[in-house]
Amino acid sequence: MKTFSATRRHFVQGLVAGGVLASFPALLHAGGRLENQTHTGTAPVLSGQSIDLVVAETPVNFTGVIRMATTINGSIPAPTLRLREGDEVTIRVTNRLKVPTSIHWHGIILPFQMDGVPGISFRGIAPGETFVYRFKLQQSGTYWYHSHSGFQEMTGMYGALIIEPRDGQVRPAAGHLRADRDYVVQLSDWTDDDPMSVFAKLKVQSDVYNFNQPTVGDFFRDVSTQGVSGALDKRQMWNQMRMNPTDLADLSAATLTYLMNGRTPAGNWTGLFTPGERVRLRFINAASNSFYDVRIPGLKMAVVQADGQNIEPVEVDEFRFGPGETYDVLVEPKDDAHTIFAQSMDRTGYARGTLAVRDGLNAPVPALDPVEWLTMADMMGRMDHGAMNHGTMGHDTGMDHSKMDHSQMDPGGMAMDHSQHGMQQAPMAKPSQKVNHARSEYGTSVDMRVDRPRTNLDDPGIGLRNNGRRVLTLADLRSQEGVLNDSRSAVREIELHLTGNMERYSWSFDGLEFGKSTPVAMKHGERVRVILQNDTMMTHPMHLHGMWSDLEDDQGRLRVRRHTIPVQPAQRISFLTTPHDLGRWAWHCHLLFHMDAGMFREVVVS
Amino acid sequence: MHANDADVPSHEPPDDSSDTRATGHAAMAQGDMQMQGGDAPKDARDPHAYSDGYTLTEGPYALPGPRQLKLADEHRFWSLLGDRLEYDADNDVTTFDLQGWYGTTYDRLVIKLEGDAVDGRLAESQTDLLWGHALNAYFDTQLGVRLDQYDEGTGREWLAFGIQGLAPYWFELDLTAYLGEGGRTALSLEAEYELLLTQRLILQPRAELTAYGKDDAVNGLGRGLSDVALGLRLRYEFSRQFAPYVGIEWNGTFGATADQARANGDATKDTRYVAGIRFWF
Repeated sequence: MKTFSATRRHFVQGLVAGGVLASFPALLHAGGRLENQTHTGTAPVLSGQSIDLVVAETPVNFTGVIRMATTINGSIPAPTLRLREGDEVTIRVTNRLKVPTSIHWHGIILPFQMDGVPGISFRGIAPGETFVYRFKLQQSGTYWYHSHSGFQEMTGMYGALIIEPRDGQVRPAAGHLRADRDYVVQLSDWTDDDPMSVFAKLKVQSDVYNFNQPTVGDFFRDVSTQGVSGALDKRQMWNQMRMNPTDLADLSAATLTYLMNGRTPAGNWTGLFTPGERVRLRFINAASNSFYDVRIPGLKMAVVQADGQNIEPVEVDEFRFGPGETYDVLVEPKDDAHTIFAQSMDRTGYARGTLAVRDGLNAPVPALDPVEWLTMADMMGRMDHGAMNHGTMGHDTGMDHSKMDHSQMDPGGMAMDHSQHGMQQAPMAKPSQKVNHARSEYGTSVDMRVDRPRTNLDDPGIGLRNNGRRVLTLADLRSQEGVLNDSRSAVREIELHLTGNMERYSWSFDGLEFGKSTPVAMKHGERVRVILQNDTMMTHPMHLHGMWSDLEDDQGRLRVRRHTIPVQPAQRISFLTTPHDLGRWAWHCHLLFHMDAGMFREVVVS
Repeated sequence: MHANDADVPSHEPPDDSSDTRATGHAAMAQGDMQMQGGDAPKDARDPHAYSDGYTLTEGPYALPGPRQLKLADEHRFWSLLGDRLEYDADNDVTTFDLQGWYGTTYDRLVIKLEGDAVDGRLAESQTDLLWGHALNAYFDTQLGVRLDQYDEGTGREWLAFGIQGLAPYWFELDLTAYLGEGGRTALSLEAEYELLLTQRLILQPRAELTAYGKDDAVNGLGRGLSDVALGLRLRYEFSRQFAPYVGIEWNGTFGATADQARANGDATKDTRYVAGIRFWF
């Protein structure tokens, strides 16, 4: 933060009153009525089986500059829909924009015509038109919805979708979910710029928003602690490969303001509680491009749901989640006020709110954690095998042991390929380990390939390794019994690589952007294993529409049911899925710009 | 240096040779691991193997008609970079060096415009109109024409073929060969580097070399290496897109070109102080 000027700090923190248009008579005269302004903060709640939503452009002011947002019912976030499992709901969406729009029900199992992806599931909602979504809710938990058209999601079109279990909260298996208060905590990011112009800038200079780049000063600091050769060595591979070790997020606080429930950090969204109460927080990452690291200093969080699915409770200090993911946590506040702190993964800013016994209270807001360089493991994957000589893994080479997840290095850890020790198992019982790059990965669209990916799930990722806090990892997540309801082995494997070229700002699967790709065909009802290998240095939250992604470990043990799975740099993970609904579905990275740049595939279930 | 540097624990390995370590990494990057570039092995996966022959517009459940969903990978973008727009007060010379492009990720129309104005009059300029096509992850080939204009001299037209991109260790390279009328040939090489003193204060060394295959007496150019420009510019990026700078540039002419300059009574070497702005959008 010290590099930011006062103006920048002001921008990062935003305005106290986000949506309010205090005194801008010119705009009011031009735009019409005062009631036309955008409501921000805790969203209104809509319930029942019949709901009307209206999409329109309305003005909003988060940073001192009035901009037009794309809103649903004039609210950022959009209304929270509280629906009931088992109900058939009818949701009428009216488009009052000048361009087509759409709503996608993220994580919801439904017929593909209701999935809301223009050009795949339907034709989109034309200006002036009303589209009627009608589907039966077959699940419960915390979900969300958002536009799938252009960059409308980034300009405000996202809302929470909470589905109550049909038999109420207190069925025996879910008794631990009992809470006295229940809050949606929706994190997002906002830019005052036109998102397409932001995207175009990245196309010209992909590090345009990175103000944490290695400098000459950093080099001399390293020389003083590690010597000249140590400092050179730390940079050698990055520079040779034209890769940037601080390339953690394409966008940063240089253009983004981080929001919690539509409030800026200065706006301080507050959730009230009475001392002694147990509070359920439904965290939804509705950001277009930001991973958040969430913690409530002084409080343990019991994570009880992931992507709406009940999991064995895990007590943590902190969790990271990417766009599209949701985590429900239970907390028991001890003090009068606790800060809910969500710093962006690149450490340039944060979203923040407060749990308090009354409005107006604040707790200290922690400083941002220091920026960490990506490690060699983030570029090359598995560091415990092969060509790499252990003697080269010195402490001065940019892969500082103290920051590395030791399980990656530990021959007994999950990264170890146990297949050699193995008893014979069914051929598809475990995910294959052999890396198979697509031939299109050797072209102009790919700047890096990983030959020895790591397969462990217990790495919290860059910036969270050994920070002294208990940080949630994928390995901690275990669906409660009965959730993974298809115990068949996979009949085949689909291996796809997540690829990109930072310099050209292109993102893809297997080196093929969407326009050059062909669909992935799946047979209705088959049990398929999908292997995703990340051949980039960024974490991608991968969202498969229309079916569940049952995450397994590298031994083929099913862990948790997700709809969005973050894949870390140089990581190879796999999940099983059963396509139970026919049709065409979208499959993409939920970083909006990665999706739009081409990290997007169609899936045909027939 | 920070006062608390002393508190940072030293992680120096006792006696390891750092040269070996560096070589080890390089070998891994380029050698057996082949993390970048290269040719696809014969057994590389077919990226369309999972499609069952379906496409984005054909197969079950495809929406009828032409494909509706087009993402930014099929959009065209454009950019204009004013790398140098500077003034040398001592000689009253204004130098401009602009580059623009329009197109997709892999195919672009590229325009380069470079020249000097002296006493408010355009003294000479060089315009490249090129088709840029991706060669590999970091370089584009460029094919097109170059038009030279001289206030005092004869304009020339050339066919141009070159490559431009980012070399390992972050060097920006632009290497172009030219073929003109009457068997004229020319070669130009530009290299730039950016050294971040801070996040916004950036030192940019720059080198430009030009060589000709034939004498061109009308334009004061001789065969062989004709001129070299070495510059050092220090800019401050108020935003990444707008940065004023000050700099020093050394210019030298060589060989037959230098002979011609001497014959005209001009200096063959010259050091200029310049001030300018760099911008892009």
